[in-house]
Formats: sequence, structure tokens, C-alpha cells
Amino acid sequence: MRLLTHNMLSSNIKGVANGFPLGIEVEKVIEKQVELSADFLRNLFPKIEWKALVDAARTMGYAELPEEVDSSMLDSNEFLTKFHHALLELHLEEGALVCPETGRRFPVTKGIPNMLLHEDEV
Amino acid sequence: MSSRPELQAPPDIFYNDAEARKYTSSSRIIEIQAKLSERALELLALPDDDVPRLLLDIGCGSGLSGETLSENGHQWIGLDISQSMLNVALEREVEGDLLVGDMGQGLGLRPGVIDGAISISAVQWLCNADKSSHDPRLRLKAFFGSLYRCLARGARAVLQVYPENLAQRELILSFAMRAGFAGGVVVDFPHSTKSRKEYLVLTCGPPSINTSVPTGKGEDGESCSEDESSGDEENQTVSISDRHRPRKRQKITKKGKGREWILRKKEQRRRRGDDVHPDTKYTARKRKPRF
Repeated sequence: MRLLTHNMLSSNIKGVANGFPLGIEVEKVIEKQVELSADFLRNLFPKIEWKALVDAARTMGYAELPEEVDSSMLDSNEFLTKFHHALLELHLEEGALVCPETGRRFPVTKGIPNMLLHEDEV
Repeated sequence: MSSRPELQAPPDIFYNDAEARKYTSSSRIIEIQAKLSERALELLALPDDDVPRLLLDIGCGSGLSGETLSENGHQWIGLDISQSMLNVALEREVEGDLLVGDMGQGLGLRPGVIDGAISISAVQWLCNADKSSHDPRLRLKAFFGSLYRCLARGARAVLQVYPENLAQRELILSFAMRAGFAGGVVVDFPHSTKSRKEYLVLTCGPPSINTSVPTGKGEDGESCSEDESSGDEENQTVSISDRHRPRKRQKITKKGKGREWILRKKEQRRRRGDDVHPDTKYTARKRKPRF
């Protein structure tokens, strides 16, 4: 699972008011090279929760992202490369996602998070 | 036993390892799925500016539909309830991210982040109650509600469905409308039993010019596909102008599959890693009658 997906996912357990961002428990992280598309990143940038992305990248062992950003930084190639690396190239292979309110763990195996809820959580 | 998989078992049980493999090794299913997803992507009517978008594939299965999205350069997130199907998707090294999830429990995505959603032959599963705790109405409501929330304003969702009957289609559509979607059903090839396909084309936001439903293919008697129409013509000439022609002559005039077809099939099997005889000058040659 890439951090792009992590940035979009929230916990939808019944009764949870704010299920975002999900915590990350890391067991294994892998990196996969992907081609950079500046248009995609520019288009996606306004929708990204930056703080969640920075925290998640740090948990995965990548601390190069700046704390504060604004859209003017999107013109810098150096920033785009870092943004791209954090968003699309870091994969959480094994571990878990944790609901911030209830602490419920969603296990991640082979890069696939299992977001199935139990019957009493729907 | 019914031929509809929906009536046989719940999706997470029906698509077990064996079924998942069967599903993905059939070239016929692959072709149909690719066609369906191409058409769905076309109906999604994304702005024509070559910018990759973030799309959602609901019921992505083994990633057959996602492959079409990747080919068009988009990033996607796929959701499916069957772990076996997702395992096959992993083997196929699809480019999107995969999630195990039940669409009837709601999608669990942040509001307004997805640029478009497609779903190929999945939503009709929601009409079944596979567990005592399942209520199709509640599940449809949760699904369409969460889909509406996670889509960006003006984004579209194209859901290809196989409703079992009129009531199911009405049910699905009414819950989509209740969630706030504008749009309707596009039917491709409505006059054909085989290639008839229904797409729910839903738009987020208030009705406008953009939300008008596109027209389906083949609505005005246009032929369904090339091979089928040619087949029909042949039948017609035989049955009308020449119906007293003896049976045997018909067979002789019919051409075989041809060298090109055989080479293509052999190439296909080679790509799949099968043991295939090399192509020689004898390939696809007709045997002499004395043989």
C-alpha cells in the first residue's frame, strides 16, 4: 500500500467521528520505482492532507519532506521528487493500520490492508 | 443450478482460489472485462488533458479493469471483498493499490478526494443478503452514500451492472438518486441479448448540462460487433436467396480460421508460457486429401 492510499483512507467504524489519519505500524517497507508525473502531483496536491503525509512518511523511515508547504513549491523539481517518492514509491508491505479513535487494528499483509469490519462495527 | 454467481454463494466465498484463477485465465473473460472497462472509462468523460487522475475501482477483483486504467495512465485504488482475487491481482503485478473491503459497509475514504469511480459487474452483489445481518437496502444506502462523499464535486461514477430483473435495477437506481447522484442508466446494444450491457452513469452534484446521460451504443439498430453482424448477413443470404442450396456446398465455401488467426493464437499461448511448436512454413497449411 502506498502512502497515497493511506492519505485517502479513513476508518469508517460506526460511531467514529474522525477516523483520519490512520496510524501506521510498520513491519516491512519496500520501495518500488515509478515514473514521476508532475501533472498528476500538481493535480493531487490540494487534496493531500500534508501533515498526515509527513507523519506517515516519517513512520516509514523517510524524513525528507518539509513540514510546511504551499503550492508555489510545486515548481521546484527537488520538492516534486521528494513528494513523488513519499507518495508513490514507499509501500507498506507488512504491518497494520490503526484507527485513531478506537485503536482497532487493520492488518496489512502482502501490501493489502484488510479493511473489512466486524458485524458490530457496521 | 442458476448461472448467476450471485445466487450461488457470497462473493468472498464464491471467488475462492480456484474460481479466481479460472476467472483470470479465461481469455474470453479478460477480453470482455477489458472492453467493459474501456467503455466505462469512456463514459467517465474525464477532461481531455492527459493529466493522470486518481480513480477508484470498486470490485476490482484480479485487476483486469485496473489494467485498462493503468494503460490510460491513471492511478487507481482497487477495492474487493475476495482475498483470493486480490492474490491473483498481486501475481499479475497490477499498478494500483489494493484493499480488502466490503462496499456494502461503506468505502471509508476521505471526502472529495477521488476524481472518478468505475465498477465492473459488481454492484448487483449488494442486492443479495448473504448473512443474517445483511439488509440490501442498508448496504446500498451505505455504499452510495460513501461513494457520493468521497467523489470530488462534478466527478462521475460509472457502474456496470447485471441486474437480475427490473426490480433490482429500480432498487439500485433509486438508492443512487437518494444519495444525491444525478444521472441514469446507459444501455449499450439494447436489442441484443448477449452484448446488452447496462451502465449506471452517476454524477456528483446538482443536475446540469454535464450531468446529462450519454446515449448507449447500438440503440438505433446499429450492429453489435463486427463478427456478429457478418455472421447475421451470411445467415440471411443462405436463408433467403439460396435456401435450396445443398448442405455440403455451404460447408466447402466456408473459410477456415486462416494462418493469421493461428499465429495470433500461438503467440498468445507463448506469452502465457505454454509449450508451443515453432512457426514454420507448414504452420496452418491444409493437409492433402490423401493423408
